[in-house]
Amino acid sequence: MIDDITYMDNAASAPIRDEVIEAMLPVLRENYANPSGSHLMARKALRLIDDARDDLADAFGCKAQDIIFTSGGTESDNLAIFGVHSKVGGTVVCSATEHHAVLEPTMSVGGKVVHVERNGALDLNHLSDTINDETTLVSIGLVNGETGVIQDLKTIASIVQEASPKALIHTDAVQAVPWLDMQIAVEHADLISVAAHKFGGPKGVGALIAKDQTKVSSLQLGGGQEKGLRSGTHNTPGIVGMAAAARATADTKEADIARVASLRNNLADSLLEISDTFETGVRSNDDGSIDRTNKVAGSCHLCFADIESEALLFLLEQSGVFASAASSCSSGAQEPSHVLSAMGYQRELARGSLRLSLGYRSTQNDVDRVLEILPNAIQRLRSLGS
Amino acid sequence: MKGKKKILVAMSGGVDSSVAAAVLLEQGYEVVGVTMKLWGGTSDTGCCSVSDVIDARRVADQLGIQHHVFNFGDEFDAHVVDPYVEAHKVGATPNPCIECNRHVKFDKLFRRATALGFELIATGHHAQITRQPEGFRLSRSVDLRKDQSYVLHMLSEKQLARLQLPIGNLTKHQVREIAASLSLQTAGKADSQDVCFISRTKGGRQRFLEQYMTMTPGQVIDSQGNRISNVPAVQMVTIGQRKGLGISGEGQPRYAVDVNVESATVTVGPKSDLYYEETPITDIQWIGEPVTDALDIQTSAHGHTARAKIADKIYWEKPHKKVASGQSAVFYKEDTVVGSGIVSKL
Repeated sequence: MIDDITYMDNAASAPIRDEVIEAMLPVLRENYANPSGSHLMARKALRLIDDARDDLADAFGCKAQDIIFTSGGTESDNLAIFGVHSKVGGTVVCSATEHHAVLEPTMSVGGKVVHVERNGALDLNHLSDTINDETTLVSIGLVNGETGVIQDLKTIASIVQEASPKALIHTDAVQAVPWLDMQIAVEHADLISVAAHKFGGPKGVGALIAKDQTKVSSLQLGGGQEKGLRSGTHNTPGIVGMAAAARATADTKEADIARVASLRNNLADSLLEISDTFETGVRSNDDGSIDRTNKVAGSCHLCFADIESEALLFLLEQSGVFASAASSCSSGAQEPSHVLSAMGYQRELARGSLRLSLGYRSTQNDVDRVLEILPNAIQRLRSLGS
Repeated sequence: MKGKKKILVAMSGGVDSSVAAAVLLEQGYEVVGVTMKLWGGTSDTGCCSVSDVIDARRVADQLGIQHHVFNFGDEFDAHVVDPYVEAHKVGATPNPCIECNRHVKFDKLFRRATALGFELIATGHHAQITRQPEGFRLSRSVDLRKDQSYVLHMLSEKQLARLQLPIGNLTKHQVREIAASLSLQTAGKADSQDVCFISRTKGGRQRFLEQYMTMTPGQVIDSQGNRISNVPAVQMVTIGQRKGLGISGEGQPRYAVDVNVESATVTVGPKSDLYYEETPITDIQWIGEPVTDALDIQTSAHGHTARAKIADKIYWEKPHKKVASGQSAVFYKEDTVVGSGIVSKL
């Protein structure tokens, strides 16, 4: 294995935090009893889950009773969309740049898709045109996983409130937790999806925060855990780990954002010096500088003309730099990005996209290493073709 | 790892390319495995399904080599699937494996390999590359029943110089023995047979083509133009076909001897009408000097050879069964490929 790792794939999965491992180990060793049981050991395990729920509520600024533990972001998105649609019917609306975990359920219930602008922001006029009395759920991701673009949930919520007062708002906030005050989501959305592994927790655990649970039906039936909305034995260590990750993230968020944004700006500015390189989701200031306030601090997403990102990722990997392009399919092959396509990028340019995503653990060394490797790799591929 | 020669091995997830990688590793190369994802639609087996990618990855893990997946779906659609459909529209019978080799494996993958710093590439094809005084040449596998030199005939000397076919000197039986001795994941895996992007369980070739083209219902006629029966899809009739033409089983057997999509007719006739002394070909390519003496000519992937001389056409020594237009004719001198052409309409 490669000793010298430059991990630039935090948006795919963040490194697990030490506090999380410390919190989970004793649970794995000692609290193995089924939390749904009736004896002392079961009650102890259930207490850990209750405490974790309180901690998460504190970290996110939501009510503990609104949290439904799930297996992760995909399940939370499915529960929100199918759960609401099967309970109240009507039409589901989402944006064209949603994660497949939102797009696929929306399409399968005959939902509608709202366009985005070239910079990734939701086309608010098209949103107004698309929603009506029939609309029961509007699902707009708070932060896009590929480009890091933040949606203006406040404005979106007010448009929905006006045109379709009964419609619920869901936001896939999976990518938002490390970078944004979750209060934005809690204030403007009725349903919020989160996944622990995106903020330093373990994989296989997440939550759907649902304010009015009478409007959600369960997708899996069984023992009736989570007030009947998500049957299945609780993942005690996972839930404890997620709460520890949320606490640790909240504690250092402000400092992390400032530090990582500066690293990211330095990285992106340097990479933009490579010819025919385009940064997605940004705006230009009047003085010609780049305004990245619409993106989360950890996201550096670029398109290189005349490059195929598969070849680029291969060369980066040979030097110990791990990143991604668009979403990978289950075979591991790079698929053309539906996000860039929705933003109006030509397929040729979209084929040369690269997502370098930084996280709480990223350092100046990581940035230096990328800047040492990447421009040469681009030059090589452009001169030799790929 | 410095000092070792690097080689990129195309691993389909089958036993042949698995063993190819193992053999190269044994020979001391620094081996990197790559699986090309070519087709996004449904398929039964072939080289494109997710489970084949998993098999290739597992074998790479067993061998302790890197494994990557390259998505060449755009190239595959443009150079293999689209021309396959276009050819059927005019009643031709193309060989998609040849086009895939020509445009994807030995063009796109070669270029990608160059960009990534690999001079050498290997595949698990059953064929051999020999270095002869006049240059690199492609020859048949030692296992003639599994020989794949026909679908590799388009390789230029320059490409052959960069290519290794590590299992060409092994029989299929030996390949399976090596796979079993190394306990490779794919040791007992069945060979792929059909066109990789066509699913037999989902209605086969016709159902596939119907997604992209409208079939032409047509008349079956005899050589005098007398109408005999109807067929629902002229494009699906293959030269030499006997069944499915709506002809009664009485009398002398009759075969499809001509297919004309434009006039929506299939002409049938006795077996003798299928045999010709000449076959027209275009795009004649020689590897080295043109050969005027009689050669062995192969006109399908698993077909037998027949003796003929090549000039502007193929001049058979004995009358030869008609070959569907679009098929490749590959010229062998003994067991070495010396040239090729593409069969055109009579």
